[in-house]
Amino acid sequence: MSSEDSRKEALARIEAWRLRPSKMTDEVITMAHGAGGKASQALTDAVFRSAYGGDELDRLDDGAVLDVPEGKRVVFTTDAFVVTPRTFLGGSIGDLAVNGTVNDLAVMGATPTWLSVAVVLEEGFPLDELRELVADVATAAAAANVTVVAGDTKVVERGAADGCYFTTSGIGLRDASLSMGAEQVQLGDAVIISGTFGDHGMAVMLARGDLALDADVSSDTASIHQATAALLDAVPETRWMRDPTRGGVASACNELAVAANVGVSLFEEAFPVLPPVSGACELLGLDPLYVANEGKFIAVVPADRVDAALGSMRSVDVSAQATVIGEINDEHPGMVVAHTPFGGSRIVDMLVGAPLPRIC
Amino acid sequence: MKFVSEFRDPEAAKILIAEIEELAADQPARKFMEACGGHTHAIYRHGIESLLPESIEMVHGPGCPVCVIPMGRIDDAISIAEQDGVTMCCFGDLMRVPGGSSTLLEAKAKGADIRVVYSPLDALAIAENEPDRNVVFFAVGFETTAPSTAITVMQARERNVENFSIFCNHVTIVPPMKAILDSPGMELDGFLGPGHVSTVIGTGPYQFVSREYGLPLVTTGFEPVDILQGVAMLLRQLAEGRAEVENQYKRVVRDSGNPAALRMLGEVFELRPHFEWRGLGFIAQSALSLRDEFAGFDAEKHFALPGVRVADPKACQCGEVLKGAIRPWECKVFGTACTPETPIGTCMVSSEGACAAYFNYGRFRAKKRIPVTST
Repeated sequence: MSSEDSRKEALARIEAWRLRPSKMTDEVITMAHGAGGKASQALTDAVFRSAYGGDELDRLDDGAVLDVPEGKRVVFTTDAFVVTPRTFLGGSIGDLAVNGTVNDLAVMGATPTWLSVAVVLEEGFPLDELRELVADVATAAAAANVTVVAGDTKVVERGAADGCYFTTSGIGLRDASLSMGAEQVQLGDAVIISGTFGDHGMAVMLARGDLALDADVSSDTASIHQATAALLDAVPETRWMRDPTRGGVASACNELAVAANVGVSLFEEAFPVLPPVSGACELLGLDPLYVANEGKFIAVVPADRVDAALGSMRSVDVSAQATVIGEINDEHPGMVVAHTPFGGSRIVDMLVGAPLPRIC
Repeated sequence: MKFVSEFRDPEAAKILIAEIEELAADQPARKFMEACGGHTHAIYRHGIESLLPESIEMVHGPGCPVCVIPMGRIDDAISIAEQDGVTMCCFGDLMRVPGGSSTLLEAKAKGADIRVVYSPLDALAIAENEPDRNVVFFAVGFETTAPSTAITVMQARERNVENFSIFCNHVTIVPPMKAILDSPGMELDGFLGPGHVSTVIGTGPYQFVSREYGLPLVTTGFEPVDILQGVAMLLRQLAEGRAEVENQYKRVVRDSGNPAALRMLGEVFELRPHFEWRGLGFIAQSALSLRDEFAGFDAEKHFALPGVRVADPKACQCGEVLKGAIRPWECKVFGTACTPETPIGTCMVSSEGACAAYFNYGRFRAKKRIPVTST
């Protein structure tokens, strides 16, 4: 073989190696995985694209090009997730990252359609755990029928972050004709909750283990889109929807009372709270009204449409226990008042401070 | 979870409300003090004020342990927390209590290692797991929580945990009640006696209320039905011209208290000659410190403390509120300069504080109504 031939052979070997898809062999995240080179590519291929790759994501362009059908408007939202611990009974930060954004779109009356997923990883984060969390993202996205069309990964030095943080942005499509919002709310309207409340916040608090309490409480993290769609289908005149995440049902109702300048009366007797949640709240001095949810929504509907609303919601698993918890009045504009089962009443105000751990 | 629903039974409540209305109708207006912060919270949480006849006024007493901590002690705690190698552990509601210039929450944000725990035993566990940290537990509370601190100190001694100490701020309930009864212009007609404290000390220590001051006292539980029954029992005593110490909370409180807990308290603590109370000033023999045998676990002996007495802010009338002389909303700064977000006085900090409870729950007197059951 001439020296020229062997030189060409060597160049061909180099070229083949250069084009070969890079393999992910590391067990932990290193700074290299965030540097944008081969290691970044390996991580993207082996972890993210293998979990939720698709036509748009696999193109690896700098952005996704999306078609908006005629008669639809775009609803856009974003959310960051820093929950600790990252896994808890009923879910993980991966589920939350999808459902949190999907549910924000759903309560805006949109069909959640596209998602971007950005991850900030701390140097040394175990690959196995990352794979599990990303698998949760993929499962939740499939369940919610949304496509991940964009993503990004950054790595920060050890100690600069607590393991891993997710940020998701979502685009949903909503009928151009839909008019829903606080300004639509009218006196006498009914306030509906889609199911039990306080589950998620309590599941996370229990998972932290520092309460030394043992109770069978699962996070309710789930996509609520099926339920919001069923409700809007049955009751297109639905006035307002909100998912009561941080700050719980109390904060969501306060936002409603202030935005619509109406009074919100809640009936404690009707509150759907699971016995272990109310028991744990009782022990810890918490009010379930202020505890976070990740798979519930509050809807305000005209009083004469309550049966249709409840019927449609109860036909969907995620809102099978939908029930009326309150009504809109003009007795105390801007204020939420809860009526106790024996006729007493109290103000339900916005949460002040943050005595609780990170919950989403 | 039984133990909750039966004490929130609307039927039982209705019967008691009718009884209270009947008794109150034949009496002059009455002012009752609930001594315990747990009562204050429950009264607002369940809207009990809106159920009582207008002639009955509930006055919120000194029984919120967080509310009575003077600012100087918070400054002392912050100064301990800011020292190298120290991990300060405390209950969550202490984090926002204002000291002379800062709060524990602000000190934490600036880098002090301050952690919220749910029990002093959690703090001891931290000390055992992190032997290179100097772990200090910020102990507050009446006779209710003092036994759990006592147990913790005893366990620390048994297990030779040398990197653990207590910043002791435990107080006792009887001296401030006496101070309030002795204050000029006192207009109380009776007390709802503290339920939790009484599980430890029993009902004996309150006998002076009836003997020396001729007022009725009913040791009362914390559920709505408990409180209504306590009020009814006070009214009945007054109607019958009696002034006795009665026990509504018999399912939990024994008249003799909890001898094991009392023994432990005696073993670990002794009375301080005097202690400053937020708003009430110095009260003799009203607080506990660790006995000499436990000096090794006494943070006050480990650390040099500023120990500076910080006068309560002039505008703040926590003291008057604690004594029941004014109601929360009668304070000059209530709801303006002083809110749960930016508390000036301690009564606005803890959810058991009279001002915070009133701010959060009490501002609105709704019409009585029959709740609508959902379909």
